[in-house]
Amino acid sequence: MTSVQKYGLMGFGLVVSLGAPFLAPQFATQLTMLWLMVVFALTWDVLGGQMGYNSFGNILFFGIGAYACAIIQRDLGFDYFVGLAVGLGIAGVFSALVAVVLGVGMLGLRGHYFAIGTLGLGIAAGEIAGGWDYVGAGSGMVPPLYPTGLEGREFFFYFAMFALAVITFAALRALYQTRFGLALNAIRDDEDKAEAMGLHTTQIKSVAWAVAAVFLGVAGGLTGNLLGFIDPRDIAFAGATFGVWMVLMAVLGGKGTLWGPVIGAVVFHVTQELFWTYLLGWQRVALGLLIIAIVVFFPNGILGTLRERFPEWFGERMEERS
Amino acid sequence: MSVLLEVQGVTKTFGGVVANQSVSIEVRAGEIAGLIGPNGSGKTTLFNSIVGAHAIDEGSIKFEGEEISTFRVPVIARKGMLRTFQQTRIYGEMTALENMRISAPEARVSALSLLGGFSSKTDTRGEELLEFVGLASKRFLRAGALSFGQQKLLEFAMALMSEPKLLLLDEPTAGINPTLINGLIDRLKQANKELGVTLLVIEHNMRVIMNLAERITCLAHGEVLASGTPDEVRNDPRVVDAYLGAG
Ligand SMILES: Nc1ncnc2c1ncn2[C@@H]1O[C@H](COP(=O)(O)OP(=O)(O)OP(=O)(O)O)[C@@H](O)[C@H]1O
Ligand SMILES: [Mg+2]
Repeated sequence: MTSVQKYGLMGFGLVVSLGAPFLAPQFATQLTMLWLMVVFALTWDVLGGQMGYNSFGNILFFGIGAYACAIIQRDLGFDYFVGLAVGLGIAGVFSALVAVVLGVGMLGLRGHYFAIGTLGLGIAAGEIAGGWDYVGAGSGMVPPLYPTGLEGREFFFYFAMFALAVITFAALRALYQTRFGLALNAIRDDEDKAEAMGLHTTQIKSVAWAVAAVFLGVAGGLTGNLLGFIDPRDIAFAGATFGVWMVLMAVLGGKGTLWGPVIGAVVFHVTQELFWTYLLGWQRVALGLLIIAIVVFFPNGILGTLRERFPEWFGERMEERS
Repeated sequence: MSVLLEVQGVTKTFGGVVANQSVSIEVRAGEIAGLIGPNGSGKTTLFNSIVGAHAIDEGSIKFEGEEISTFRVPVIARKGMLRTFQQTRIYGEMTALENMRISAPEARVSALSLLGGFSSKTDTRGEELLEFVGLASKRFLRAGALSFGQQKLLEFAMALMSEPKLLLLDEPTAGINPTLINGLIDRLKQANKELGVTLLVIEHNMRVIMNLAERITCLAHGEVLASGTPDEVRNDPRVVDAYLGAG
């Protein structure tokens, strides 16, 4: 693709994204969730794709963000929008801090050990939140309500989530173009070599996880407000749904690429919504089959497969990398 | 010449296997030192001990006068002592030039210092060194797609890119096309003379090491058998025995 075609395509995507909630207001919430899925896939790929560390615990940062934001909103008594802004900021920062602290301990684990270790994170957090009265325990938490009488609730959350997805994408794109991006790839390709060359691998890994956690934390805060309810196990720390989908979407689209997770999230979310509409009762079976199909037929993801088959269209050009 | 690396009485065992038994060697600033010995004589183990890949059982390792035997790999690398691997290691999914970029000294300052972009100086240097090892035309290729010999050359170039004071090379000519070996010897000498990198080289090929090193240490069964000039070592009957004995 030439840059003209590429930017043309991106411009078209932007117009569609901006117009979608007006054209199909009845799907506003699903469309908002689409951008959440994009954030999920993009942030998962920081470790999973770029750095080669498969995390099954990233949902932790989403849940922490959801609760942190709601607590700030509830306890500081700001006006709704001020409270939300402050809450989202704190949600992001706090999630990142948790990532740094956890990272120091867990990112010393390699390969499958790390993956299995992270599996426990979301489950443990869900149990803790489900038993903690301060955050409503098992009956969950209700963040302050969007001001009644104010129009455009759906549009507000749609554009907030869309903005978050765009900012996440832009930030990661910029990050991958720095030496830091190369350091992540170096750790993925051969961590022992990276150590032997003197890279600060432990720091790099923690910072990478923190970067993912910032955006997940903000996404959590926003989602709590969007849904108007935070359930500890089914929303905040929903490892079996959101937590697994993150991985699937990134793998489906193409791990370790910039656009792959975006493509994967869109395809996955749309497919899933269609299953729910047309295959009600069988949607979980269909989803399971889809997952198997993804792994069997697209081991390199949609973008990876396209690059192999049509390098002249989807291959990276050399001058882009240099 | 001042002593850059001083290894004294280093012992390393793996379970019952004594891989190094009270080994002492020294490397002087500016020289090319050689380390030879039959298969399994403990050469790679000694490298691993020196660069902090594992704890040693006994002994002392000093780099520029500082005791480093308890330091870990990245810390020692940042002090200016690097190693290459016998089973060549490069970043396979990255291009040759990207391998060079991430090997630049500024990449190991701190994680946050990595957030800057690339300087054209780094790229120029990377390309120069790729040219130096004869890989300039491969700079945009995936490193994992290079042949084994080319990967070895790339690994060597990466090491030079990071401007070490002392470079430990584990069998740099193994797997290299014999017709290219002389060229590689010249480059090792050039790196030593022109870039001022002190070298400690493990080498199986006797012809190569005799031609390259100013002083040679020979290990056998984990112990130092002999050390001295190439001629002294070559003519030492124990060395001859060790090599013939080991087949
Ligand atoms: N990690 C390890 N665990 C157990 N034994 C080991 C380990 N590393 C090396 N050894 C043993 O230590 C001895 C020395 O091995 P080393 O690899 O240092 O030899 P070498 O001189 O480098 O041989 P080569 O010329 O084949 O590379 C061997 O008997 C080897 O089996
Ligand atoms: Mg060896």
